[in-house]
Amino acid sequence: MVVDRGELTLHIKTARLVEVARKLRDTPSLRFEMCMGVSGVHYPEDTGREFHAVYPLLSITHNRRIRLEVSVPETNPHIPSLVEVWGGNNWHERETFDMFGIIFDGHPGLTRILMPDDWPGHPQRKDYPLGGIPIEYKGATVPAPSERRSYR
Amino acid sequence: MTTFNNDTYAPSQETTEGRVYAVTGGDWDSLVTEIGQTKEERVVVNMGPQHPSTHGVLRLVLELEGETITEARAGIGYLHTGIEKNCEYRTWTQGVTYVTRMDYLAPIFNETAYCLSLERLLGITDQIPERASEIRVLMMELNRISSHMVALGTGALELGALSPMIFAFREREMVLDIFELISGLRMNMAYIRPGGVAQDLPKGATAEIRETVKKLRHNFKDNEKLLVGNTIWMKRTQNIGYLDLAGCTTLGVTGPVLRSTGLPWDLRKTQPYCGYENYEFDVITNDCCDVYGRFLIRMAELEQSLRIIEQACDKLDRSEGQPVMVEDKKIAWPSQLSIGSDGQGNSLEHIREIMGESMEALIHHFKIVTEGFRVPAGQAYVPIESPRGEVGVHLVSDGGTRPYRVHFREPSFNNLQATAAMSEGGMIADIIGAIASIDPVMGGVDR
Repeated sequence: MVVDRGELTLHIKTARLVEVARKLRDTPSLRFEMCMGVSGVHYPEDTGREFHAVYPLLSITHNRRIRLEVSVPETNPHIPSLVEVWGGNNWHERETFDMFGIIFDGHPGLTRILMPDDWPGHPQRKDYPLGGIPIEYKGATVPAPSERRSYR
Repeated sequence: MTTFNNDTYAPSQETTEGRVYAVTGGDWDSLVTEIGQTKEERVVVNMGPQHPSTHGVLRLVLELEGETITEARAGIGYLHTGIEKNCEYRTWTQGVTYVTRMDYLAPIFNETAYCLSLERLLGITDQIPERASEIRVLMMELNRISSHMVALGTGALELGALSPMIFAFREREMVLDIFELISGLRMNMAYIRPGGVAQDLPKGATAEIRETVKKLRHNFKDNEKLLVGNTIWMKRTQNIGYLDLAGCTTLGVTGPVLRSTGLPWDLRKTQPYCGYENYEFDVITNDCCDVYGRFLIRMAELEQSLRIIEQACDKLDRSEGQPVMVEDKKIAWPSQLSIGSDGQGNSLEHIREIMGESMEALIHHFKIVTEGFRVPAGQAYVPIESPRGEVGVHLVSDGGTRPYRVHFREPSFNNLQATAAMSEGGMIADIIGAIASIDPVMGGVDR
């Protein structure tokens, strides 16, 4: 549990995510009716828990916000899906899968959503370069943006 | 993929899934004759991504039985530009220029949400000058009007009513003129900056805005007369695209769609930011739950925005001359823009100082512009009420001069999920109205 800059973050065990989410939604004194999606973050240095998934929750009844955070290793990036608890997480989880490669177990149709279906790699990972692919136009090739100038 | 029908307007090909027709307009009869020969009742129509009625590059995959939709799926991603990834390779200040291009009809809201989130990370939320917050409120409410005008205009256009669009864009143009007056740009202004705004209002701006408010208030009646209570319009919109409160909460839908279920949830009132608690305005609701209800809410919100703009103008007149950027020189942008003989650029005074008078000022300018400022490590999520609902910005910093992660919780992206719930079981003609009432902006959906 972390309180920072007026925001409460609950770090929870990945396996208990759905259970905690249900409690947060259904307990009358909590009533977090809405989940504002999920945002992935990639920390390559945080060995064993490289991927973090962050869920901002909103309680309309009590006018409160909290944040759930779970972490998974890059080698086995499985997080239980929250679509059965908050249906609106469907596309958000697809986006996080698309961008980070985090697999949401139990998601009704976990496919890419923003990138083309046959896209190799997950663009928001830190080891994925900006613009990843060289640009070809009329026979000439322009190197990928990350190799053109030093952005780092 | 073997046999090709050589019909110019409706070529077809065999696939493993069955015969696929590509309709390009023209002779409809030949297509009908050909489809009539198959026994299959079920037709899957691929509508978009290039279609005049889908509100941008949105692709709809519709399973039809006759004219009834049995299944609707939205395909998105055609406008994905990787803005969130790009932000990680630029300074925090440059991020504003990127995020303003997400939801291009509500750029000021993206900028403000981003800056508020960044200011919370920096811990300077209390130090933002009052005048800067007042300008932000003024710009946001002007932007809400211009965005709602597009929602109403294109919504009506897609349902076949042309005149409202003409009026709506006329009003939008006036608001864009004000934007141009204040920031120099009509869209994608990058005007809201970390710590304040890019520059103060030009002389006589509030008088100009008051004049425009008067005109807008008068002009809004045109659209009202055209559509409110119009029998044809009501027949096309009432009881269409039904989504009740339970549907909205489970799908995370916010904004006018949520307020059309009767819940007065508006972050400006419930979780105020930028000093919205000091303005008098009403949260508009009704309990129609349909396209017509959302349309009425947007119409009524225009008047509320005008009220806020008038109050903001009064406040701005009182705070004339006060700073519009945070005092901390380690964060505040060093220069001010001004208009010179060769167009807009850094003010001559500032250039004189850094080039002729103070070496330290030059170093400071150079460091803050090229390297940027450092932001303490941590994360923040700040939501604000955009014309489409809750736009929330999740920022993560690792203590460096560049964002570690920028994520936008875009209301368009989230609300577009409600398409299936709103339109399955209805007629194919009504899905257009349902999507128009969600008012998705594909720039925001795909980012």
